[in-house]
Amino acid sequence: MAGPILRVENLHKAYGKTEVLRGVSFEVAPGEVVVIIGPSGTGKSTLLRCINQLTPPDQGRVWLEDVEITDKRTDINKVREHIGMVFQDFNLFTHLTAIQNVMLALTKVKRMSPAEARAKAMLEMEKVGLVDKAGLYPAELSGGQKQRAAIARSLAMDPKVMLFDEPTSALDPELIGEVLEVMKTLAGEGMTMLVVSHEMGFAREVSDRIIFLENGAISEDGPPEQFFTNPKHARTREFLGKLTELYGNHGGPRGGRRKK
Amino acid sequence: MNLSEAGTLEFMWGILPELLKGLEVTLQLTVTSLIAGLVLAVPVSMVRTYTKGPLNWLATAYVELFRGTPLLLQLFIVYYGLTETGIVLDRFLSAWLALTLNSAAYQSEYIRGAILAVSEGQLTAARAVGMRTIQAFRWVVFPQALRLALPAWSNEVAYMVKYVSVVFMIAVQELFTRGQGIISKYFRLWPTIIEVALIYIVVVYVITRGMDYVEHRFRIPGLETRTERREA
Amino acid sequence: MFRPARDHRLDLSLFLRSLKFIAPAIKVTVLLTVFALTFGLVFGLALAVARVYGNRFAATAAGAYSRVVRSLPTLVVLYIFYNLAWVAFRVGGVAAAVIALTACTTAYQSEIFRGAIQSLGTGQMAAARSLGMSRATAIRSVIIPQVLRLAIPSWSNEAAIVLKDSSLASAVGTAEVFRRSQQIGAANRDYLTAFLAAGLIYFCLTFITNRVLDFAHKRYKLKT
Repeated sequence: MAGPILRVENLHKAYGKTEVLRGVSFEVAPGEVVVIIGPSGTGKSTLLRCINQLTPPDQGRVWLEDVEITDKRTDINKVREHIGMVFQDFNLFTHLTAIQNVMLALTKVKRMSPAEARAKAMLEMEKVGLVDKAGLYPAELSGGQKQRAAIARSLAMDPKVMLFDEPTSALDPELIGEVLEVMKTLAGEGMTMLVVSHEMGFAREVSDRIIFLENGAISEDGPPEQFFTNPKHARTREFLGKLTELYGNHGGPRGGRRKK
Repeated sequence: MNLSEAGTLEFMWGILPELLKGLEVTLQLTVTSLIAGLVLAVPVSMVRTYTKGPLNWLATAYVELFRGTPLLLQLFIVYYGLTETGIVLDRFLSAWLALTLNSAAYQSEYIRGAILAVSEGQLTAARAVGMRTIQAFRWVVFPQALRLALPAWSNEVAYMVKYVSVVFMIAVQELFTRGQGIISKYFRLWPTIIEVALIYIVVVYVITRGMDYVEHRFRIPGLETRTERREA
Repeated sequence: MFRPARDHRLDLSLFLRSLKFIAPAIKVTVLLTVFALTFGLVFGLALAVARVYGNRFAATAAGAYSRVVRSLPTLVVLYIFYNLAWVAFRVGGVAAAVIALTACTTAYQSEIFRGAIQSLGTGQMAAARSLGMSRATAIRSVIIPQVLRLAIPSWSNEAAIVLKDSSLASAVGTAEVFRRSQQIGAANRDYLTAFLAAGLIYFCLTFITNRVLDFAHKRYKLKT
């Protein structure tokens, strides 16, 4: 088996006195889909941001294949080209149309010609089903369409791994399905994905592994069957119960994904 | 034609060429000081937004001092004051410099406000796709800030056309100054001042419409803001 | 016409003497500003009400006045009304300057208040009328109290502008701060020092104006 595509070793991060991450280590194999879940405020988003150094960790190391990202000598911008990131609140560039959002980094970072970039961007728009919305500005798109455009923007860079930071949390319930559908297709195509999410249906159906993060440390790490049917810790069970309460059947262990 | 004794309409027609020459000077001063002001305003707003320490204090002092004192005073400091220190500028250049420095202070505030109005997430997203901070500013934050500042900026255009008239006080031959010259030459106050007023009304109207068109042309759904100077 | 450059170091005692000479004119500048702003507030509110709630004639007339005056440089408005004041009332000097500045700020304030009235929406009026208030009563006791509070930030900005524009009254001979600084500058043959002294005064005045109105804004902000 090939080595891991992403390796995280002993990550620590504190904001003032609050320790958000206290020694997180794990690996992600090529093509693997890993879902990170856990109560809010346990550092899930911080963990993702520490991986591509948007938030520099206090301690610990991260490798993308054999490049150490945390090494001071590594050109972080080069690395970020290979790590896609999808944000909870989309962060589409407001002044650019959907297709221009996808093209910008292609022309400015990858230095493609505009024509090349446009063709590539169109391809990605097709993948996420937004060809007919390509010329619209973010403010003219629905939440689900915005998030799909944001996914296309990351995909266009041909990333080796994609980070999803609660990609459906800011969406109206009826728009969640279309985004999860795109992510599911991506997973099916063999994209390596690290997803922070509360969507238990997605975790159960699509993920290869679930990591349960609690108080800044990993308390559970295993395949979804084990996680849902036979968790190691009582706390995990409790959390899953709460999710069922909060999100109903949809969020709970037995829940299917909500359809549009 | 003897304008002193001509009929009112005849008189107004007769002085029109002279006033239009003044309008030309007004527009020259407006356009050049607006553009130079913008060029100066961009670095000032960046210094105020992104730096700490002496450079920031200097930029802040400049902006606050120019916004806190009358343009007329600034004009006289440039024209009379600088001369005393040995920097000798002619009337037109003094007028231009004072207007530029004044407008740059206001424009820098519009741009700074607009930069601050661009959300943090925009910069984060740009960094996440591998852009350097400079690139992220150049391609993401700055274009948005310019669009956001556009309504305030078009207001500044109308404002400047009107405020250029202040240079009458150092006898630069712009529209209002020429009007005054005509009044003291022919002693016909009302026809002259009404004609000057009409010209301003037309010019400001054209500018307002023009800038409306520009704003509409560059409209981006989701990017709109407000202004600080008096709106025409 | 240009004086030769001379050794120009800022002479502190000269600066202080200039300040002292200009100081009495602070009263004139403040009076000009306060009167123009106050009259402008009253007339501006009236115009704004006329534009939103008035009949077609009143609304059109109020709108036209505002449009025309806002298209003109303050200097032109000053000049027109200064002369009108003389023709109509035979007043000159400070009174005429107040009239002229009022004419100008009235137009701008009417825009500020109109914006505030419109941002209130129609619900407030509807609620007041449903309680049996007349239109006039509703405007006086429901609309205007809210409009005045909503308008404070823009009004604060306008106050600073009028304060600075009052310097233009020097063009019609009013002995306010700027005019006095010109006089002492000429007397001492040192304009720079005199104008810097005037600058300090204006800066302090705008600073105080802004602070006071910021405070008023915080104090009277409508909580929603």
